[in-house]
This record gives sequence, structure tokens and C-alpha cells, in this order.
Amino acid sequence: MIIASNVSKKFGKLTALDNVSVTCNKGECIALIGPNGSGKTTLIKSILGMVVCNSGFITFNGKNILHDWQYRSHIGYMPQIGRYPDNMTIGQILSMMKDIRGKKNILLDEELVNQFKLNELLGKRMRTLSGGTRQKVSAALAFLFNPDVLILDEPTAGLDPVAAEILKEKIITEKQKGKLILITSHILSELDELVTQVIYMQDGILKFHKSIEELRKDTGQEKLSKAIANVMLSINQ
Amino acid sequence: MKKIFKYVMIDILRNKIMLAYTLFLLLISLSVFNLEDNTAKGLLSLLNIILIIVPLVSILFAAIYVYNSAEFLELLVSQPLKRKTIWLSMFAGLAASLALAFFIGAGIPILLYEATATGFMMLGTGLLLSVIFVAIAMLAAVKTRDKAKGIGITILLWLYFSLLFDGLVLFLLFQFADYPMEKFMVGVSTLNPIDLSRILILLRMDVSALMGYTGAIFKNFFGTQAGVWLSFVVLLIWIVIPSWLSLRKFNRKDL
Repeated sequence: MIIASNVSKKFGKLTALDNVSVTCNKGECIALIGPNGSGKTTLIKSILGMVVCNSGFITFNGKNILHDWQYRSHIGYMPQIGRYPDNMTIGQILSMMKDIRGKKNILLDEELVNQFKLNELLGKRMRTLSGGTRQKVSAALAFLFNPDVLILDEPTAGLDPVAAEILKEKIITEKQKGKLILITSHILSELDELVTQVIYMQDGILKFHKSIEELRKDTGQEKLSKAIANVMLSINQ
Repeated sequence: MKKIFKYVMIDILRNKIMLAYTLFLLLISLSVFNLEDNTAKGLLSLLNIILIIVPLVSILFAAIYVYNSAEFLELLVSQPLKRKTIWLSMFAGLAASLALAFFIGAGIPILLYEATATGFMMLGTGLLLSVIFVAIAMLAAVKTRDKAKGIGITILLWLYFSLLFDGLVLFLLFQFADYPMEKFMVGVSTLNPIDLSRILILLRMDVSALMGYTGAIFKNFFGTQAGVWLSFVVLLIWIVIPSWLSLRKFNRKDL
């Protein structure tokens, strides 16, 4: 579904992505793992077209994304730090997004809006929200339009345990519907029950892309956190 | 395009600075027209105020607005929207609201007190200047990531167009006083939209007699129908080129 070929991106002297090639298919739930500053968010942003890569190309359903924009209607994106116009209220943001993205034949998925009880906060301005509430808005927006692809950048960071659990349940239901899900997270224990594939990045280089069974077999560890710790140690040595 | 334009417009029109700007222009133009018995004199005083204030407010407001909308732009770019649509809607929203403020604040008094060809010329150039400086501000804002630096640059640009440029032209004139510079001056004046507007309006007033020989050349060129049309085309180019450059930059910008 999403194919990145030899994607490189430099910010000044810093190489954020170095010749990264990835193939992501429908029905997969992929964990993007790597230390801070390893290029995970940059990769996600280049898939979304928010960052324009210096070389290489990315295709979505066989079409180059460079001059395309409609492909983004198939993607729900939850940013790491949701930044919204300060003066708008939650209700205004929701109705604006529905206005921009909503089509008549698309059924809105308001499950998260309801479960996070955002309906009670509709009049609150974005400036006054706590980090966790902001994350709830981001999550609700990502799932709202029933997209085929979900890109979640640190989805549970800042969420309280109840909300994190609701979100995880939601991710599992969407995965069972055969959607492609890309997750980055540093909390590996919560990825265990979600992911089918693991991409490990370091210093902008894609170190490996394996299915979770393969990774378990290679490292001899059952838990993802232990397996990744194993890998990180062996790479650094 | 229409949807984003709508949201930008609603947001700007709620802004109190915009209201203050409109009231300020209204106050100045009404008092200027009421102070003088001769409305033509009033128009001349208004000209000088407008040529300073309209570019300053347009360039600063637009630049600050674009910087403050960084989150809004980021949110929109990750949605199924063309970057071109997002940027042009932003431009259209800013340009339309600043032009509207000018029209209400200065345009309506001009139409009430001095609905002559000169008045219409002033109305037209004022509206165009608002849009031109929005375009320049957006170019400066998209080129520099840092907010303080970007706003500093827009202030410098305003200073350049309203003061420094005239100084440079005077310097050139004195240095090359022995050469026939008049035709050259006509060309130079197209390099600054504020000067061009000033010349266009001054030439319709009696004071243009004070401008000497250069004034006569100007009158020969800008006084004709073709000259006026050409100047408006130049002003339009001043809108098109900065906005095209900023759009090109925005299309490739990392957010």
C-alpha cells in the first residue's frame, strides 16, 4: 500500500533519513521503533507529505505522492504533539475537519469522540486544554473519517491509563478490520499485543524490518521490550 | 478553497486589531476631510498618512498572522488538501480582510467627500497597496522560520519601501545630476509600489506643478490613459510575483 524507495532527507547538515526503503501492506500493524532522533517522525511526515524528501520517492497505492494530495483522505494521522489554532474550540475544530474532509458517502466514526467524552468539552478553547485532552482530540480526529491507513505518532504519550486503554482497544478493532496501522512508541510493552511487524531505525538508517515472529525467533525473547533491548545492544556493540 | 477562505476570514474579522485599524482609518479620514474647507487639500493630507500606514499595518498584520497560524497550516497540510489551496486561501483571506478594512475606514469617507477621479485613484491604489504588502509579508514569513527574525525583516522591508528607497533615488539623482535621468526615473519608480501610488495620485493634483522638469516627464507618461493602465499593471505584478514566489516556497516547505 505504501512503498518508500531510497528516501533521504537532510535538515541542513543533519541526515534525518538515509536511503530508507519500506513496504507497508494492508492488514499489517507496524511498530516504528528507534531511539530519540532516529528519524521515525520524519519518515511519518514524509509519508504524509508534510516533509518533502530530498531524494527517493514514496508511492501510495501505486501513485507517487509528490504531486498528489487526494491520497491523504485515506490516512488518519495522529501527531506526536497535536498543535491546533489556539482560538478555536474543540467543537469548531471538529466541525471544521468534518467540513473539509467529510463526504456524504463516508460514515463518521465518532466512537472515540464519545468514549473520550469530548462532547462535554466542545466549548473549550484549544489553548486551555491539557496535553492529554489535546491528545484525545488528535486521536478522535485520526479515527473520525474511517481511513484505510492510520498513522499514530506516540499515541498514548500523555494519556491517562483509562484513555490509553480505550485507544488501544480501538486500535485493535481497526486492525481486525484489515487496516494498515503504523505506530511509533517508546512504551514497548503496550505494543506487544498490537503489532505484527517491527521496523527498527537508528540515525536515520532503517536497520531491519521483520515480522514479530521472526524477531522473537532471532533474539530468543518472547517480550518485544526484551527483544528490542537485545537488538539495541547487539547493534551498539 | 472556499471552505478554508471562510475559516480564515471568520478568524481575522473577529480580531480586535482589525477593528482598531478600521476605526483608526475612519477617524483620520473623517477628521482630515472636516478640518479643511477644501476637500482636495484634505485628500493630499490623507494621501501621506495612507501611504505610510496602510503598507505598515498590512505587512505587519499579515506576517504576524501567518506566523501565528503555523499550527493551523500544519493541521491543514496533513489533511487531503492541496498546499496551493491552503496558501492561496490564506492569502485571499488576509488580502480581502485588509482591503475591506481600508475600504470601510478610508474608502467610504473618500467616496462621501471626494468622489472624483482623484478620489477613485486613491481608493484603488490603497486597496492595491493593502494586497501588495500582504503578498510581500507572506513571502517574508514563508522564507524565514524564526518569528522574531521574520517580523524584523517585514519591518525592514516596510522601512525600505517607504523611506530608504526614496533616499537611494535622491542619492542617485544627485550623483548623476549632469545626465538626463528623467526617463530612467520613470523606470525606477516602478520598483517601489508606494512611490508609484504616490506619483499616480500626485499627478492628478495641482501640486504636481511643484515637481519641476521631472514632474513634466512624469506627467507626460503617467498622466496619459496608457500610463495609468500601465502603472496599474505594474502594481498587479507587484501582487503576482511575491505571491507566486511564496507559493513556490510553501509547496516545498517542511512542516
